Amino acid sequence: MPDRGTAAGRASSAVNPERLVVVGASLAGLRAVEAARKSGFTGSITLIGAEPHLPYDRPPLSKRFLEADGSPEPVFRDEAVLRDELGIQLVLGEPATAVDAESKAVTVGPEGYRYDALVLAPGLSARTLPGCTGLSGIHLLRTLDDARALCAAMSTARRLVVVGAGFIGSEVASSARKRGLDVTVIESLPTPLANAIGEVTGSACAALHERNGTDLRCGITVEAVEGDNSVERVRLSDGAVLPADLVVIGVGAVPATNWLSDSGVTLSDGIVCDETLFTGVPGIYAAGDATRWHNPEFDRGMRLEHWTSAAEQGGIAARNALDPSRAKTFSTVPYFWSDWYEDRIQFVGIPGTDEVRIVDSAQGGEHFVALYREGNRLVGAMTMNRPGEIMKYRKLIKRWATWTEGLRFASSRRAA
Amino acid sequence: MKVVVDRRRCMGMGACESLAPEHFEVHDDGQVMLLRESVADESRMDVEAAVEGCPTEALRLEERVVR
Repeated sequence: MPDRGTAAGRASSAVNPERLVVVGASLAGLRAVEAARKSGFTGSITLIGAEPHLPYDRPPLSKRFLEADGSPEPVFRDEAVLRDELGIQLVLGEPATAVDAESKAVTVGPEGYRYDALVLAPGLSARTLPGCTGLSGIHLLRTLDDARALCAAMSTARRLVVVGAGFIGSEVASSARKRGLDVTVIESLPTPLANAIGEVTGSACAALHERNGTDLRCGITVEAVEGDNSVERVRLSDGAVLPADLVVIGVGAVPATNWLSDSGVTLSDGIVCDETLFTGVPGIYAAGDATRWHNPEFDRGMRLEHWTSAAEQGGIAARNALDPSRAKTFSTVPYFWSDWYEDRIQFVGIPGTDEVRIVDSAQGGEHFVALYREGNRLVGAMTMNRPGEIMKYRKLIKRWATWTEGLRFASSRRAA
Repeated sequence: MKVVVDRRRCMGMGACESLAPEHFEVHDDGQVMLLRESVADESRMDVEAAVEGCPTEALRLEERVVR
């Protein structure tokens, strides 16, 4: 944990900062620069992004963007808005390669960008699998360029194999089924999503694949992906060989933080921060998917890959970086959603492992509500196709409702 | 001040309900219901947070026109 120390420890070099630099031009970075202007900051703002794109929205890339050719790209703001209305200096298309905390500068190529306040929002890089490169037809999905390539490939492919039945892999499977491809999903765990949401609910989600004609195979890994120049087949650990002309690797993503190893920030599966998103290095705050911060809501460190937390952290990190003496805490009940086929999965809180209980469900499993317990506390809730319920549980979790209160509330909703 | 919902963008994520439950509620049809006609001054901050927090930018605020 970084030493939170004194206000002096947190203060940026200038009492009145004149230069804000934000590294990472996705959702958290965009919210950081917007929040800075909204808070009245009139100094210079530089937004650095590795990709040659204006900030764009990521969730649509595994959903509607893949479902048809020619979908509009989900860019958040026009360049003119960022550059002229908000007065942001855009440095896009090259990654930041170092932060020198002594001289307070970020290196991008041959250039150095001086800062008084710095927000690090570098995001994640998709994990690859050994032996899964070199052939065309093997795709990752993290960036807009990945999504464009995958969408184009889907228009001619017949048989897709998705490696990993996580949220992204499942959404890709779903989009491919909508386009009429044969889809097989290979999952190494016995139950998909077991770590993210538990086995009982993981199984209920797995059933969505079968119901929609996706062949889901669990407890299996991919031994090899083979073909001449392009993918022709996938060899599995159980000996099966699947013909395939398109493969998507969906096995998670890791913080894109190797370049920060000499910056002085603490790296441990993400940039380690206190509850105000402060890294412990003067002037430097972090936001977004790569941030591992202390969440007072659950009194523990966590790193979230969620849209809502990235958006909120971006704004808070920027405001805190510009005025550390009035730094606000970021305390949140995590929330994410995932859309598969015609179904919506929603989750709030953390997947407490002391108990998972399905408290309401349809006969055929078309919808349900599940609650998660840690000790005596209701810590999480998940719904499938019950959008009218999920946020009510977020409210209960936020006020540290007990397990009993959670169950009582659930029964009152059933009776209604 | 009042809230305007872009129904094409609203996907019933519920971030608004979470941030300003007196003003927004998602129904099981997956669309948000506005619970109040107008936004009182004391609720302004929460409602602004809800508008900002919508993942599909389906909400905006409009000043009421007083004739």
